[in-house]
Amino acid sequence: MIVADKKPVEEIIDYVKDHDKILVLGCNECVTVCEAGGKKEVGILASTLRMYFANQGREVVVDERTLERQCDHEYLEEIRDISDQYEAIVSIACGVGIQFTAEKYHSTPVYPGVNTCFLGVTEQRGLWTERCQACGSCILAHTGGICPVSRCAKRILNGPCGGSAKGSCEINKELDCAWQLIIDRLKSINRLDLYEKMFPIKDWSSDRAGGPRQVVREDVQI
Amino acid sequence: MSAKTPSKLEKIMAAGHLGVTSECGPPRGSDPDTIREKAELLRGYVDAVNVTDNQTSVVRTSSLATCIHLKLMGIEPVLQMVTRDRNRIALQSDILGAASFDIFNLLCLSGDHQCFGDNPQGQNVHDLDSMQLVWTARQMRDEGKFLGGSDIKRPPQMFVGAAANPFADPFEIRVPRLAKKIEAGAEFIQTQCIYNLDKFEEWIRQARDRGLTEKTFIMAGVTPFKSAGMAKYMKNRVPGMDVPDEVVKRMADTPKEKQAEEGVNICVETIQRLKELDGVKGFHIMAIEWEEKIPEIVERSGLYPRPEVD
Repeated sequence: MIVADKKPVEEIIDYVKDHDKILVLGCNECVTVCEAGGKKEVGILASTLRMYFANQGREVVVDERTLERQCDHEYLEEIRDISDQYEAIVSIACGVGIQFTAEKYHSTPVYPGVNTCFLGVTEQRGLWTERCQACGSCILAHTGGICPVSRCAKRILNGPCGGSAKGSCEINKELDCAWQLIIDRLKSINRLDLYEKMFPIKDWSSDRAGGPRQVVREDVQI
Repeated sequence: MSAKTPSKLEKIMAAGHLGVTSECGPPRGSDPDTIREKAELLRGYVDAVNVTDNQTSVVRTSSLATCIHLKLMGIEPVLQMVTRDRNRIALQSDILGAASFDIFNLLCLSGDHQCFGDNPQGQNVHDLDSMQLVWTARQMRDEGKFLGGSDIKRPPQMFVGAAANPFADPFEIRVPRLAKKIEAGAEFIQTQCIYNLDKFEEWIRQARDRGLTEKTFIMAGVTPFKSAGMAKYMKNRVPGMDVPDEVVKRMADTPKEKQAEEGVNICVETIQRLKELDGVKGFHIMAIEWEEKIPEIVERSGLYPRPEVD
């Protein structure tokens, strides 16, 4: 899933402080799972904003809405009829949803209420960790199913570097060394032979380096 | 192993002598005299001088510019290049730039993570990794080709090396990793500072068993401690460093005014023990901001005078 984290409320207040009618817009997908932008968080943020404006002696309308997804036309259209009523939208979907909302409601300011962090997993409640950087050219078959691009601080394809110590990364003892994980995993699937081959220079043109990316699937287009 | 480049360092080791290198960290400023003064301390005592590339991710004068200063002084530089700060375009370009000044030695590294330096908010590049940079440099030299496939006019003539840390984890792949670096084209290896000699000897033994010590020149890395505090710091704070307790204790048990001398003693003893070790082809003496001690260490280790080669 796409993992996001809440923005400091002071930052959000700074964006919306001059508006009188605001919609806080959540998303039922990834950001709900990572407890940053679902219905519950919409409620909390909207209440916080209302309290702020009340303390300022201002009468500001802060409404709440949570869509099934903010990354699909279909669901974003659900606020078509009401969007004009608001001076601003605070979207607490991921950066994808925030942008798609802004694209769709062109004349309404849309502010981010979260920081979009990475593609990751829920390791335990309250702990989400990165697994993928969407480089567009997956190498997991060669690395025992563990990704050095997203999990090595230097994205070394022929690791580990000299800083790997007792299973930890040199930048933080709390972080696993990706290459220690890869080697452990290759051992458990009896494929340590894969380690012996130098991984060739990677084509990063499918990564962000190649510019904004598209997936075009004519076979499923209507 | 016969010499393939004009590198003096390569020729010395190819002739069967123990090679000796040291290092010169570029200054945090642009005064060329500080470079020249440091390098002058090393003249005649080492075969080549490594120039670090923004080590510990702290901004300094560029490695290439510093190498040129050394070259102009008649001291042979080893250009260190990290993959942290430059993509494949800049790396190839800097290799050519170095070659245009007849810099004949290149050491390929990934570089410390930028979080250790003075710009922790910066991006890191890592378009290539250190092994791929070794491969790239060899491709440029031996095939006379850029990564893009075009021919290079006057290809670089560089003795290409890499680093190895026998003490990092997991230990079991340290020798396979060395094998990969050699396969990628590393003709010399400079190791992490050695304090745990037993572990280093085990690593060399495994390398020998795989025939790797006949395929590359392994230069054992040593660093003299200036003080007991430095020994403790290296043990506890420097990533990838293995300083056994007894070494720290030896430094700590020495009176403060004698600690620097004891640090040099340990360094000389290390070199003397490793000189006899089959598979060690030279020493990389990293006297961090203590270059004035290099002549004494080299002389006391029986590595002086340095051999002359054509």
